Amino acid sequence: MKKDDAAGKTRRQIYEEKLRRRSLLIAGTSTVFAFLAVVVLVPLAPGWEKVKASFFNREVFVETFPKLLDAFLIDVMIFVWCAPAITALGLLIALARDVQSPALFPLRIFGAFYTDIFRGVPVVLTVYLIGFGIPGLGLPRPFNSPYIWGSLALILTYSAYVAEIFRSGIEAVHKSQRSAAQSLGLTDGDTMRFVILPQAIRQVIPSQMNMFIALQKDVALLSFIGPVEIFRQAGVFKSLMANFTPYVGAALIFLAVTVPATRYADYLLAKQNKERS
Amino acid sequence: MAKLSLRGVVKRFGENTVCDGIDLEVEEGQMVCLIGASGAGKSTVLRCVNLLEPIEDGEIFLDGVDISVPGLNPQPVRRRIGMVFQSYNLFPHMTAMENVMLAPRRVYGKSREELRPEIAELFTRFGLADRMEHYPDQLSGGQQQRVAIVRALAMKPEVMLFDEITSALDPQLVGEVLDVLRLLKESGMTMVLATHEMGFAREAADKVCFLKDGRILEEGSPETLFGAPKHPETKEFLARSLK
Ligand SMILES: Nc1ncnc2c1ncn2[C@@H]1O[C@H](COP(=O)(O)OP(=O)(O)OP(=O)(O)O)[C@@H](O)[C@H]1O
Ligand SMILES: [Mg+2]
Repeated sequence: MKKDDAAGKTRRQIYEEKLRRRSLLIAGTSTVFAFLAVVVLVPLAPGWEKVKASFFNREVFVETFPKLLDAFLIDVMIFVWCAPAITALGLLIALARDVQSPALFPLRIFGAFYTDIFRGVPVVLTVYLIGFGIPGLGLPRPFNSPYIWGSLALILTYSAYVAEIFRSGIEAVHKSQRSAAQSLGLTDGDTMRFVILPQAIRQVIPSQMNMFIALQKDVALLSFIGPVEIFRQAGVFKSLMANFTPYVGAALIFLAVTVPATRYADYLLAKQNKERS
Repeated sequence: MAKLSLRGVVKRFGENTVCDGIDLEVEEGQMVCLIGASGAGKSTVLRCVNLLEPIEDGEIFLDGVDISVPGLNPQPVRRRIGMVFQSYNLFPHMTAMENVMLAPRRVYGKSREELRPEIAELFTRFGLADRMEHYPDQLSGGQQQRVAIVRALAMKPEVMLFDEITSALDPQLVGEVLDVLRLLKESGMTMVLATHEMGFAREAADKVCFLKDGRILEEGSPETLFGAPKHPETKEFLARSLK
């Protein structure tokens, strides 16, 4: 390798560094300009003073933010009991769609049917139908709780998506892995459990993380059927104070959770891609 | 009685007849090599013998017992017939030792402690004593194939099937894997190989079969098949592959 300067860098390294510096400069300058444009131009708009007062009101923000945080705990709670149920059910559905034995063919059909149905209906509709429909049967307390049926709606919907991701992972494991396991005399169940699934699950962790980030956001849909979680709480404050700032507070709270999670999922994905190449 | 015998085995994939009436006898302790161009059906024959593919017609006998009966549970048969593939063979999420232990643990219900000494001995015998705790991607291709052979042997099979196990290897690694096959032959293992290694087949096989379009066109001892092939197609294939 030809060394060109005192630090012992190659020509290529020097060239790449120059490129990197230049693109950083471009990105930095354009960000600053875009930011300035927003900060300078938006306040010039005729309605800005009104928007500022109703969306970015400091007093309202300070007063409502802690209570929004409390309400967000309900979102987190619903997430915490839905996520394991979704993982388990999603895995079961994915396995049902992969059964090899012809005798269990109906299971495959059921799995396909299930994922088609629940991926085909908007989440909010499923939440409405199950969340209002089932308690409408006149069930006694606590079985009429919207928490139960709203959560069920989320579990049914999200497990359909999660099942599809698991299935894509299972299919991505090379066929010869199955042959190799079977040639050793392992049963189909052991082949799946010890050989296919561990590889499939590792493969789909980033995608599943993105799914669960979406779930955390969609928990807010339960507000339509009763639970006073963060979105509903923000709505209550909005009516009380005739001000939209609580919605901005709620959005910030969601972002504080979802942005790091999304970054982490992307990081995992990038790491996997690097390992594979 | 032959250890393994195939009678009129037919295998189709849709309209495509891949095995078109295969007859083959493998005696106890014999090494039989299947040669032929790509797509001739060598891999498929081996996969059928291991019951990885159901056959449309014909019978396969192991020790005189028909193992190709439709509806037969394939697992007990597969335990008696080991198979090693061309590539993507080891389980990448397990160390070499775990790869080898998995099947004996699950199928024979043996414990790790029970298995460890005998498996360590197998590793040692095949020159892998210092590779037992490595993951497949930390091993060379030749080492991976030897681990795959050890993994199949740990089930104590009576017959071993090898599907072009050297063709994904760098030329300088082929030798170490072929040495393992010689070792196995000395120990009296019954083996069927699909192979492109003509030199090895000529030197080590007891019988060589030339496949073309799902049929065995010609078979015989390596001396006659390589030295004086009768069928023009065999001659042409050998002329091409020995070049
Ligand atoms: N699972 C499958 N589905 C459909 N067709 C298949 C399948 N497996 C093999 N075939 C076809 O069967 C034919 C024989 O394949 P096979 O792999 O047995 O050949 P081979 O002699 O082992 O060739 P090679 O030397 O390339 O390994 C090929 O035409 C192939 O396309
Ligand atoms: Mg082949």
